[in-house]
Amino acid sequence: MSDALLPPIGMLAELTHRCPLQCVYCSNPLELLKADKELSTEAWLALFEEAADLGVLQIHLSGGEPTLRPDLEQFVSCLARRGVYTNLITAGVGIAEGRIERLRDAGLDHVQLSIQGAHAPTTEKIGNNRGAHEKKLETARRVVELGLPLTINAPIHRHNIEEVPAFIDLALSLGAERLEIANVQYAGWALLNRNALMPGREAVERQVEIVEEAQSRLRGILAIDFVAPDYFAIYPKACMGGWARDAFMVAPDGTALPCHAAGTIPTLHFERFGDRSLTDIWVNSPAFNAFRGDGWMLEPCRSCERREVDWGGCRCQAMAIAGDAAATDPACIRSPLHSRMATLIGEANSVSDADDFRYRRIGRA
Amino acid sequence: MGSSSRQRAILSEQSRPHLKRYVRLQYDPVRGAWAVLSPERVFWPDEVSLDILKLCDGRHTVFQIVDELAGQYDAAREDIAPDVEQFLQEWSDRFLVTL
Repeated sequence: MSDALLPPIGMLAELTHRCPLQCVYCSNPLELLKADKELSTEAWLALFEEAADLGVLQIHLSGGEPTLRPDLEQFVSCLARRGVYTNLITAGVGIAEGRIERLRDAGLDHVQLSIQGAHAPTTEKIGNNRGAHEKKLETARRVVELGLPLTINAPIHRHNIEEVPAFIDLALSLGAERLEIANVQYAGWALLNRNALMPGREAVERQVEIVEEAQSRLRGILAIDFVAPDYFAIYPKACMGGWARDAFMVAPDGTALPCHAAGTIPTLHFERFGDRSLTDIWVNSPAFNAFRGDGWMLEPCRSCERREVDWGGCRCQAMAIAGDAAATDPACIRSPLHSRMATLIGEANSVSDADDFRYRRIGRA
Repeated sequence: MGSSSRQRAILSEQSRPHLKRYVRLQYDPVRGAWAVLSPERVFWPDEVSLDILKLCDGRHTVFQIVDELAGQYDAAREDIAPDVEQFLQEWSDRFLVTL
């Protein structure tokens, strides 16, 4: 490593893998954990206290569906007391009356609500849940009424890419401050469903134009963040801002990982909070150190002037497509396997039944 | 926030900027630095940005903020006003500051 190790800024806490929705693009691993594997209230509280000591400033409370944890208010209140910024990442379905108010009163800072389609049939199809759309809109209204800032997260793929303009209208009508037009990352369940989800090239190009026009038209009115689709890219993203560089995540059983999909890299072993402290894991875990900085890089990354821009891209994508987690992310035009991305797009777009989904279910990958 | 009547806020000398309710300027003892915590993002303001943000208290007008900073930096109003105004408009456009 060229630089001294800095403390992490952000942490994603997957409090549970349980979820009322079965979204086909879910970033959770295929092997979902049952409730009996989840950390106890006391263990999460101890973990959050240690995260704050370690220097974490922002915690994303996610899942699965985090509101399924009845102790969520305790977590928010503990983090608020420590000055840690809390972001609730919710599907917005099945949240009891009064719950969001209690979370706000506990000190919740921000809500990110995922909506699978701008129209009800799309939302219901992608999450395999009747009535989900109306419940989400109701959640959005409650969040805004309570004075909490709202981000709408719209995960984009073949089945809703034409709804991007309607997503923008929806976010405006709901009173959201931010909208994330987030093209699906092909890891976890999305990788399993890649052929059913991959959009076509023309639709992607149209989407980019629509988003750029809206960003400029809605400057100061609605913030639109765009997560570009890797398979159509020239350069890779700095996945997680660089491997174990300033953020990490914790799975429901306390396993700490540099990113959602890191468990797909078979050569790495990930430690659990409880067996080791968070600080020990952040500093000493061989898995966290495996791809830190740029010392691990091979060519063409090693001598590339972008190596500290994108940190070699996504290690899990390199694993999935190049079969080697230390390879250059094939999303990069300088990867010898870059043409494989176009082949995979072509294969997906020649699939006759794009509705052949494998829905996210515990124990049924 | 109204749903149909949303408009971009444009800065004037009479604006009294303040940080949005969900944006926090706080000192981070671990790093020994000031951080701005906001939805999904953490910013590390430089010294000048920090001086501006500390005056975003909803009481000072933009005119007074420029005056105050001109005094602090021993600089002419007209030399610093454009930078201060541009910074505040940008932070308003990013939903961090209310004008």
